[in-house]
Formats: sequence, structure tokens, C-alpha cells
Amino acid sequence: MNNKSNKTINENLTNLVNKSYDYGFSTNIEKDIIEKGLNEQTIKLISSKKNEPLFLLEFRLKAYKKWKRIQEPEWANLKIPMIDYQNIVYYSAPKLKKKLKDLNDIDSQLLETFEKLGISLTEQKRLSNVAIDAVFDSVSITTTFREELSEYGIIFTSMSEAILTYPELIKEYLGSVVPIGDNYYSALNSAVFTDGSFCYIPENVKSPLDLSTYFRINDQNSGQFERTLIVADKNSQVNYLEGCTAPQYDTNQLHAAIVELIALENSIINYSTVQNWYSGNEYGKGGIYNFVTKRGLCIGDNAYISWTQVETGSAITWKYPSCVLFGNKSQGEFYSVALTNNYQQADTGTKMIHFGKSTKSKIISKGISAGKSKNSYRGLVQVKDKALNSRNYSQCDSLLIGNCSNSNTFPIISIQNSATKIEHEASTSKIGEEQIFYFLQRGISLEKAIELMISGFCQEVFNKLPLEFAAEADKLLTLKLEGSVG
Amino acid sequence: MITKDLLLNVKDLKVSIENNIILENFNLQVKKGEIHAIMGTNGSGKSTFSKVIAGHPAYSILEGNILFNEKSILNISPEERSHLGIFLAFQYPIEIPGVSNEDFLRLSYNARQRFFNKPEVDPIQFLQIVTEKMKLVNMSSSFLNRNVNEGFSGGEKKRNEILQMILLDPDICILDETDSGLDIDALKIISKGINNFMNQEKAIILITHYQRLLDYINPKYVHVMQKGKIIKTGSLELAKELEEKGYQQLFKN
Repeated sequence: MNNKSNKTINENLTNLVNKSYDYGFSTNIEKDIIEKGLNEQTIKLISSKKNEPLFLLEFRLKAYKKWKRIQEPEWANLKIPMIDYQNIVYYSAPKLKKKLKDLNDIDSQLLETFEKLGISLTEQKRLSNVAIDAVFDSVSITTTFREELSEYGIIFTSMSEAILTYPELIKEYLGSVVPIGDNYYSALNSAVFTDGSFCYIPENVKSPLDLSTYFRINDQNSGQFERTLIVADKNSQVNYLEGCTAPQYDTNQLHAAIVELIALENSIINYSTVQNWYSGNEYGKGGIYNFVTKRGLCIGDNAYISWTQVETGSAITWKYPSCVLFGNKSQGEFYSVALTNNYQQADTGTKMIHFGKSTKSKIISKGISAGKSKNSYRGLVQVKDKALNSRNYSQCDSLLIGNCSNSNTFPIISIQNSATKIEHEASTSKIGEEQIFYFLQRGISLEKAIELMISGFCQEVFNKLPLEFAAEADKLLTLKLEGSVG
Repeated sequence: MITKDLLLNVKDLKVSIENNIILENFNLQVKKGEIHAIMGTNGSGKSTFSKVIAGHPAYSILEGNILFNEKSILNISPEERSHLGIFLAFQYPIEIPGVSNEDFLRLSYNARQRFFNKPEVDPIQFLQIVTEKMKLVNMSSSFLNRNVNEGFSGGEKKRNEILQMILLDPDICILDETDSGLDIDALKIISKGINNFMNQEKAIILITHYQRLLDYINPKYVHVMQKGKIIKTGSLELAKELEEKGYQQLFKN
């Protein structure tokens, strides 16, 4: 194909990809902000603002000391600009007049903000089958359906509140999956995390509602460091959804979160994320730096954890939701769609660590790169010597759009016993203009053609998402790609 | 000439790609009810011609015009040309991973319905429609669940093109080397499909290297292309002569 047509096709493709970001507005609200910078005093201040028990302050300070000693990881296939950690606000909360008792006490501006994001927190309109914890900058605003859930013995609350109300559970589980010193960003998070969600499903309970946290970064200078902890007791089951957006600023904001999942005997946790942070503009200015540590522990026999993620936002994504399979016959699964466009960079994947006998893991990764973006899959499958009769199936597919995007796969497999079965498949394909011309010749429009090809490519992952999310994810990807094929 | 029978009228066409002229002084008139064959050596511009008619964006039209039903289609997009009734059976049908044949065919069918303000059909109705048509080209229903052309044999790909042609029911079909790579049985099936499709309201342009196809489908005219233009037009006899003597002999004269 000649240059001219390449140009028209790529221009159209670019327009398709560069559809404007709908969640780029910011909310002007009176805030309680602490000064920029990070030292022991900052941490003490955060802890005292939240009236935390001493054990947690000690946890934070230990993490801070650790953080100061370790380095940012450099192994990822990412170009990360220097981040000045002293130029970040570590606590920013909308000013609340009094302690919230019910939704009427919530600032109407905050309600409107979430309303605009499609998240209704008010009684009448909220989604009937999803309970939501809404996090705005550093704090949780409200958690819906708490009373209904408590009838089942399910605890679903903000992390701050959990620390005060259920200190024993927090003491037992916080940091038990992702240790303080696990990596640079987890140490930072452990030192300064401000809020997030906590959820506990008691024995023999299947959560009647899907639980969900919606994260909103609003402030331009603050980082968001949230922490989610989910514990599924024996024979329990929960579906958890996480959504996130941020305003459109031309500076970068840091998001360094930790998610810890603990699945006891026979329990099931399905954790889904549709990540739509602001990804920066078409010249690569602005956007969220997303450094997230997510890990699940299948501690009991027959436990099951699945991670499903649709990653579309963020200027930089560094994220490897993982499963550690201790229990015999426990299972971990990872389903991922990562889409990058313009100057976005993503280095994402998973780790499946098999300790227990007859453990199984499955990895389905779909990377889509358009524009000048860089998209890498990085995975580790490790089967320890005692994990006999274990199995892993991995499939990593990449789809390139246009001629300037970049896609890489770094799968690492380490097997320490001989009674293990591993399968790995990988493919790279490209949406080319000959394919598009074929659609056009059959009377199918460009937009429809792209939508069809993308959703076909992502089908296996979308099938794992809850219904509302699957439709949203499909729409989101098409939106993000609008104009990028021609 | 009664112009209302004139379906396709290509006048003095000059076309380039990357600054290379590949069609020049190209003239062709195709009337309703006619089958034309275009033959020629590799690189003589046969495939280019088919893509230019279908509106491939890679080619620049420098001079001349293409009239379809008496209206110029030069500024009409490829998808609209398709709706208007121009169909191209590709020489190398494209594989589309992740998209099922059924979805592809239904989308294509409904896009055309929409264009003519006709109601779109739902998947169940469509299944009935497409199953009928598939019988015409001896395709089993299992093929609907497979991805478009992915892992298809050469013969299956070509049959899929003919199925799409029958389904979309265009006015003019350009079949670009639809016979190449087919065994004799597949060739018969495809020829039968094409002959059944043909009637007095339609026209077909066959692009081919071999006379073999013309044993099954009888063209009214045979054109020979060289260096981007038609250098000789004749009847079926011309194709036979070519088969015997080769292009070199013809070019010498």
C-alpha cells in the first residue's frame, strides 16, 4: 500500500483512537490538604488525622524506613520520568462538616461528581445488584448497601473505618499477602495509604451483591494510595469490581495502590477491574502513573481467585495481578486486556506461583497497541518442587494498530518438578488496511469493522466480566480506538 | 448503444500508485446481461483495475472517469459503492481472526438493508437466509462459526467469496482470479454458483489467467490487457488462441 493511503487509513484510525476522555472534569471542592512532601512527620500526621491505633502507625513507619532503603524497579520495559516524591501531596480529603450518618450528609457536589461518572450513590438510583464504596482522592465518601450486606455477616466498609472497627482482622491480614517491603511502590503505599475498601465474607456465605469500589482522583497535586483487602472465609464467594477515573490535567498524578486477596478453603474470589484513568493527551502530556501491586493468596485447599482486568487509561501502567497457590487443588486465573494508544506505556501481566499439589493456573492476555504506544506482557509461571501434578495454560496475544506501536511479550516459566504440565501460546497480529478494505467492500463501515475485530480479539476476557462491565468495556475500547484506523 | 443497459462505463482511465502509472487509456463498457473476461500476463494491471472499481484508497485517479449506472462513482466511498451494487471477489480473500463468518456476513447483509431503508434481519432470520444460500455453493453450516477465512483452504476461501456475492446480490461482480488454486470439483461448484447468479439484469467481469474457467462460464467478450490497457478484444476464440500460442505471440502481432 502506498504512503498516501496509509496516511488516510492511519489518520482515520487515529481519530478513532483519540476520542476525547469523558471523565476529564475536576470538582472544585473545599479540601483538607496536608503540605507536599514525605517524612516521618507526614506519616504521623496522616495517622493522627485518621485516629489510627498505634499498631498501624508502627506499620506505616516501618514501611517508610524500608521505602527509603530500596530503589525504584528498573526492569520494566518502561521509560519512567523522574518522580519527585517530595512534590506530592499525600493526603487530600474533601472537607466534611460533620461525621456522615447518611447520604443526606454528603456534599451535593460530591454526589454530583459521582453521578456524572455514572455512579449513583443515592438510594433511589443506585444499581440494584452492586454495593459501592466510593473513594474520592484520599478518603472513602460512602459505602452503599452496608446494612443489607451485614444481614449476611458480610463486612464491606472503607479501609479507614475497618481499621477502627475491626482492628483484629486488619492486624491479621493487612500486609499478609503483599509484605511491606515487597517492592518500592508497595513500601510507599504501606507508609502513606489513606483509604480503600475492606471486605470480609464469612464462612458459607455467597455474597448476594457484587461489591465494588470506585476510585476517583480529583486533586491535581495529590497522589492516590489506596488499599483494598478482601478476605473470603471457607466456602464463601464474592465478585468484586473496581473502576477508576481521573480529571484531565497536563501534569502527571501518581497512583500506587495495593490490593490483597485472601481465599480460604473452597472459597471463590472474582476480582474485575475496568481501569480508565486519564491517559494523557495525544502528545503524551499528563496522565496517571499507575504503579499497582495486586496479589491473591489461595491459602486453603480448592480456593479459587481470578483477576480480570481491562486496562485502558494511565500514561504508565506497572501492574501484575498475581496468584499464590498454597492450597492443594487451588486455582488462579488471569484475564487481561491492555490497550495503549498515543504515548501510553504499559508493562503488565501476572505471576502464578504454584506451591500446592494439583494446582491450576490460566493466563489469557490480550494486548492492543495503537499510536506510538508501548505495550508489554510480562508473566511468571513458577511451579515449586512440591506442587506435583500442577498445570498452567498461558495465551498471550498482541494486536497492533498502525505502524508506530510497539508490543512485547516476556513470559518466564520456572518449573521445579517433573510432574507438571505447561502450555504456552502466543500470537501477534495487525489490523491492516487490507482487512479494513475487505470490510468496506462488503459494505461494513470502518467503525463497525474495528469494533468487530477488537471485540473478537478480546472476547475471552470480556466473557469473564460481569454483564454491565462487559458492555462498558466493549464500548470503552471502541471509544478509545475511535479514529485510529482509516 | 442504448445507454440504459450500460452498467459500467470506464472512460480513458489513468491511475497511479506511488507515482507509478499502472492504468492508462483504459476503456471498458459492460452492459447488463454480459459476461466479460479480462486476461493478461502478471503485472498487466488486471487486479489494479478491480480494486480501482471497488474504490481502494491506495490508488489515485489521474484522468478519466468511472460511470456506474450513468453516474460517476469517483467520489463515492468503497462501502457506498458496495451498497450501490459493485462486488469484488478478492484474489486473496483476507483472514479476519476473532470475527465469525456468521457475524461478518450478517453485518454485511444488514448494512445493505439499512442503506436501502429496509428492515435489518435478526440472527435467527439471517440464519435461514444464509443457510439457503450456502446450499448453492455446497458449504456446511459448521463454516458459519469459523472465523472469516481463517484456516480456510484455498477452495473454501473462494467459495466464501461466491457465497458473499450471492448473499449481497450485487449488480456487477468482478471476480479476481476466482479460479486460481482450485481443483476441478471446486471449479465446477463455483462456476455453477456464478452461472446461477447471472441473469439479464446483472453483469460479471472475470479476471483470469487460464482458459479453463471459460469452459464453464461463457463470456461474450474476452479482453487482453498489457501494460495497463486493453490491447485486444475478441470472442471466446481469442481466449483459445491465447491458450495455444501464449501472450508473446499475441503481443508480436
